[in-house]
Amino acid sequence: MSSLISVNNLTRHYGDFCAVNNVSFELAAGDILGFLGPNGAGKSSTMQMLSGNLAPTFGEISINGIDLLEHPKAAKACLGYLPENPPLYKEMTVTEYLQFCARLHLVSKSQLASVCDFAIERCGLGDVRQRLIRNLSKGFQQRVGIAQAILHSPPVIILDEPTVGLDPIQILEIRQLIKTLGETHGIILCTHILPEVQAVCSRVQIINHGSLVYSASIDELLNRQSTQYEISLASSIDIETLADDKVFSAIAQIDEHNFIADTELSAEQLSEYIVQQQWGLTRFAPRQTSLEQIFIDLTTGDIGIDDESMDDQSIDDKTTSVKTS
Amino acid sequence: MILSIAKREFYSMFYSPLAWVILAVIQVILAWSFFTSVDYFFSIQSELTTIKNAPGVTDLVATPLFEVASIILLMVIPLLTMRLISEEKRNRTISLLLSSPVSISEIVIGKYLGLLFFIITMLLLITLMPLSLSIGTELDLSKIFSGVLGLFLMLAAFSAAGVYMSSLTDNPMIAAISTFGLLLFLWLLNNSTAADADSNVLNYLSLHTHFAPLLRGIFNTSDIAYFLLFIAGFIVLAIRQLETQRLQS
Repeated sequence: MSSLISVNNLTRHYGDFCAVNNVSFELAAGDILGFLGPNGAGKSSTMQMLSGNLAPTFGEISINGIDLLEHPKAAKACLGYLPENPPLYKEMTVTEYLQFCARLHLVSKSQLASVCDFAIERCGLGDVRQRLIRNLSKGFQQRVGIAQAILHSPPVIILDEPTVGLDPIQILEIRQLIKTLGETHGIILCTHILPEVQAVCSRVQIINHGSLVYSASIDELLNRQSTQYEISLASSIDIETLADDKVFSAIAQIDEHNFIADTELSAEQLSEYIVQQQWGLTRFAPRQTSLEQIFIDLTTGDIGIDDESMDDQSIDDKTTSVKTS
Repeated sequence: MILSIAKREFYSMFYSPLAWVILAVIQVILAWSFFTSVDYFFSIQSELTTIKNAPGVTDLVATPLFEVASIILLMVIPLLTMRLISEEKRNRTISLLLSSPVSISEIVIGKYLGLLFFIITMLLLITLMPLSLSIGTELDLSKIFSGVLGLFLMLAAFSAAGVYMSSLTDNPMIAAISTFGLLLFLWLLNNSTAADADSNVLNYLSLHTHFAPLLRGIFNTSDIAYFLLFIAGFIVLAIRQLETQRLQS
C-alpha cells in the first residue's frame, strides 16, 4: 500500500534564508505523525507547502499518491488542513461556515447537511451551531477550525497546533478525537507541546533550522533500552577509580556523591556489581531519555545548524548517534 | 465551485452594515438627482413642444441619472472591492481557499462574480427610478437599456480594477485609495484638451470615452470590447498576482 503523504527533498527559500532544507518523509494510513520543532524551525512553512498554500522552491509532494504540484486540485481534495490561525469567516454562523467549507471540498448537496451535523457533533459544537463565529470563545473557534479540517473526511489531515487556546478538558477531548481520527486517517500534528505528542502520536519527527534531525516511532522512543544510569554513592570515591573500572564505558561526575555512568551491562547486572564493590549505593536509576531530553539535545546543540551540505546519509548518522548515546 | 464562492461573497456583504449603508446612501443621492431632473423637465416642457426633434424624457431624466450614478459609484466601488482579497489575506482566511480543491482563478473569478451580483442589485434599484416614469409617459426603453448596460460595464470595469488592487496588499484602506486613484485617473484622461495625436490615445484609453456613446444609445462593438478587455485584463493580473505571492510570500 502506498503512503498517504510522501515528501521528497522539500526545500523552501525566502530570499537567501533557507526555511526548509531538503526534508523528506512519509506518512502511512493510521499513522499520527508528531511534527516538532522550536519556533521558526520551519514547521509551519512545511505544513503550508503540504497544503498548497506555499510553493516549494524545489522538491516533490504527493498526497494519496497524487502529485500536489502537477494535479493540485485532485491532491487537495484528499486533504484537510487547520492552519495556525483557524481560517474562519467571523461574520458567518457555525453551520453556514461549515456548509460553505463542505461545498468548497466538493461534498455533494444531498450529503451536505449530514456531513456538517457529523462534524458539529464530533467537535462538540452542538450548542453553538447557530451562533456567529465572531462571538465564540477562542476555544470554540479553534474547534470550528478542527471541524472544518475533518468535515469531508479526507484521507490526510494536517493540524497545525490544534490545541492552542483550549482549556484542559477540551484539550483531552480534542486529543481523544485526534486519536479516533488517526485510526482511519493519516494525521500530521504540528505542535511544540511535547506531552501532547507523547500522548497522541505514533511517530515523531523533529525539525530544526529547516532540516529533519530526528525521526522515530513513539514505541521505539519510549521502550528504548537505557544505557545510562544515575548512581549515588555514600562513600566518596574519586572519579579516577570509577573511570579505570572496565565496567563503565564512560562516566561523569555531577557532584561528590552523584555520577552518571554509561555501561554495556543491564540494570540488574550493574546494580549487583556496584553492591559487590561495596561503594555504598544509595540511589540507582536508569536515565530516561524522554522526548523532552531528545528535543532539547537536538535543538539547542550545534547539530543541524551548519548543515547546508548535509545529505540524507548524515541525517541518518546523526539520528543513530543520538539513539545510542 | 465558482458559484459557492460568489454566493458566499455576496451574502457576506449583507452580513455587515456596509452593503446596506452603501445601497441606502446611493439610493438617496440618486433619488434627489432624479427628482431635480424630473423637475427640470417639467419647467422646460412647454418650450420643448416648440422645438423640432426635441429631446424626450429619457434623454433629460434617465441619461443624466446614469451619468451622475457613474460618478458617485466611482467613489463607492473602491469601498466594495477593497476588502475582497486583502481582508482574506489579513485574516489568513485565504489559506482555507488555497488548501481547498479550488484553483486560484476560480477563487478570483468567484469573488468577482459575487461582487457583480451586488452591482446588479444596485443597478436594479437605480433603474427602477426612470422606469417608474413609464406610468405616466412613454419611455425610450432601448435607450434606457443601453444606458444600464453602459453603467453595468463601467461598474464591472471599476470592480475588476478594484479586485486587482485588493490582491496587491493586505491592507483594505490602501487597496481602496489606490483603486480610487486609478479610476479617477482613467476617468480624467479624456479631459486633456489639446487635440494632438497623443491626447487621442489618452482619450481612447479613458473609461468615459467608451461610456458616453452607450448613454446616448449608441451601441458600438468596440466600446463593449474595450470594457470586456479591461475587465479580463485586471482579473488576469489579479490571478497572476496571487499565484506569484504563493511562490514568494
